[in-house]
Amino acid sequence: MVATPAPEIAPVAVAAAPLPSKKSESRGLGFYYGSFQALKNISMPVYAKKVTALIGPSGCGKSTYLRCFNRMHDLYPGNRYEGDIMLYPDHTNILNPEVDPIEVRMRISMVFQKPNPFPKSIYENVAYGLRVRGERKRALLDEKVEDALRGAALWEEVKNRLDHLAFNLSGGQQQRLCIARALATDPEMLLFDEPTSALDPIATASIEQLIAELKEKITILIVTHNMQQAARVSDYTAYMYLGELIEFDATDTIFIKPRNKQTEDYITGRFG
Amino acid sequence: MSEAAKVREIRALIAAHKRWDLVFAMLGLLALMVGVLTFAALFGQMALEGAPRLSWDFFTHFPSRKPDQAGILSAWVGSTLVMIVTAATAVPLGVGAGVYLEEYAPRNWMTDLIEINVTNLAGVPSIVYGLLALGLFVYQFGFGQSILTAGLTLGLLILPVVIVATREAIRAIPAAIREGAYALGASKWQTTSDHILPYSMAGILTGVIIGMARAIGETAPVITIGALTFIAFLPAAPFTGDPPAGLFEWILSPFTVMPIQMFNWTSRPEAAFQHNAAAAGLVLVVMTLSMNALAIYIRYRLRKNIKW
Repeated sequence: MVATPAPEIAPVAVAAAPLPSKKSESRGLGFYYGSFQALKNISMPVYAKKVTALIGPSGCGKSTYLRCFNRMHDLYPGNRYEGDIMLYPDHTNILNPEVDPIEVRMRISMVFQKPNPFPKSIYENVAYGLRVRGERKRALLDEKVEDALRGAALWEEVKNRLDHLAFNLSGGQQQRLCIARALATDPEMLLFDEPTSALDPIATASIEQLIAELKEKITILIVTHNMQQAARVSDYTAYMYLGELIEFDATDTIFIKPRNKQTEDYITGRFG
Repeated sequence: MSEAAKVREIRALIAAHKRWDLVFAMLGLLALMVGVLTFAALFGQMALEGAPRLSWDFFTHFPSRKPDQAGILSAWVGSTLVMIVTAATAVPLGVGAGVYLEEYAPRNWMTDLIEINVTNLAGVPSIVYGLLALGLFVYQFGFGQSILTAGLTLGLLILPVVIVATREAIRAIPAAIREGAYALGASKWQTTSDHILPYSMAGILTGVIIGMARAIGETAPVITIGALTFIAFLPAAPFTGDPPAGLFEWILSPFTVMPIQMFNWTSRPEAAFQHNAAAAGLVLVVMTLSMNALAIYIRYRLRKNIKW
């Protein structure tokens, strides 16, 4: 396990050092559910191999924003994007209608709010992303499944029962299984949509520790309604309200001396 | 008011409420018994009348002018073969249409119109299907009064049942599972074949079997297309004969089915034929009930691993 810098020292480093490179960036992003505008003109970077947290009160659009990054909104009729989400280093505009959403989802994985394993074996759950990509070689599948389960800190608990149904795992284990499933295909970026909201405190702590380890290798964007969680796991934080980005900065700046009064009220619990 | 008086009042009120509970329970039980007892009486009478006729010979003999030698061989073989064609028609068409409507069809007024019509089709009287089949399959396509025609007709008849069952089974799959598959980069077809179809299979098969249980008892459309009432030979056994055409000789053969055989016997004056009809009815009811039992078993087996 690689030691991760404690959140307290991160701000100094971030403030002094030049900004890290961008993995992705939204530019003037707007989003409509039918005629309802859920996101308004959101421009912010997502730094490579950092954890960026999206916080804000319920209905502020943070999950809607997250789901733009893997074009999840394309699954339902009447949804419309405007603006760009650039993916670097190849400068692909994810929202370009000519870019196939499947291509986007093969590069950017997602972990959902509630654990959603398939009603299949543990092994088949993790292997599914590879099967979708046409991988048939058993040896390679075995290896990648083991790597992904190790990466999600689940291997030791399940290595003797890979053929068991995923539903027989506990909630926290199921969520780590979903993380393993997302990791198995070596994504460039990982989206977390309130990944611990359905879990108990111990399972939550293990997921948070996992996120801290994963950012060594992968860019993470996480929605959370738990401000302590944002403070614990993230390097950067965006505060959203009513579909607008109110403030984006290094997490410690947001939590210690936010520039915006609204952000400060939300952080300090006077509002929310 | 004293505490004791209050308590007495509350108890009186509860007693009055409970009397109404009892009244409704009695009425409900009565309503239930009307249905259950009527069926039990009908079934019981049929069993009493028909059971003595049930023997190995009854299943292995063709119909005959002599009631004690008559059997249901051509009828149960005919019903079985027609059901095979019915299933082969209704399952791919119904499941395909259901999956398309749920997973692929754009949400617009055309789709809405089709959905309403599919639901309405389930209410079309079965004899109307018989008339349609007579014109289309018998004369237009020249399939004749064959097992193929009957199977296609009954297949169309239960198509709406299969479509509706498929759609309901698909809708029961949580959005999170579907999104989970898409989020891994699965295409529509990969999501459908790897997830949607396997997870909705229990519901689909239940719908198919319940539709088949209805089709096996259908008489009117089968008479309309011209099933024979007296038939003393069997179609060539499936997949025998000279290939390629001979393999499917059975499908163009004339036939009869269980309910028609029953209908034929009940229309005879002799009492002995009435007993034959009751025995055939008994066999038909047992066939239908075992199909429903199979549906329940399949649903139990396939749902065992799925919890949502």
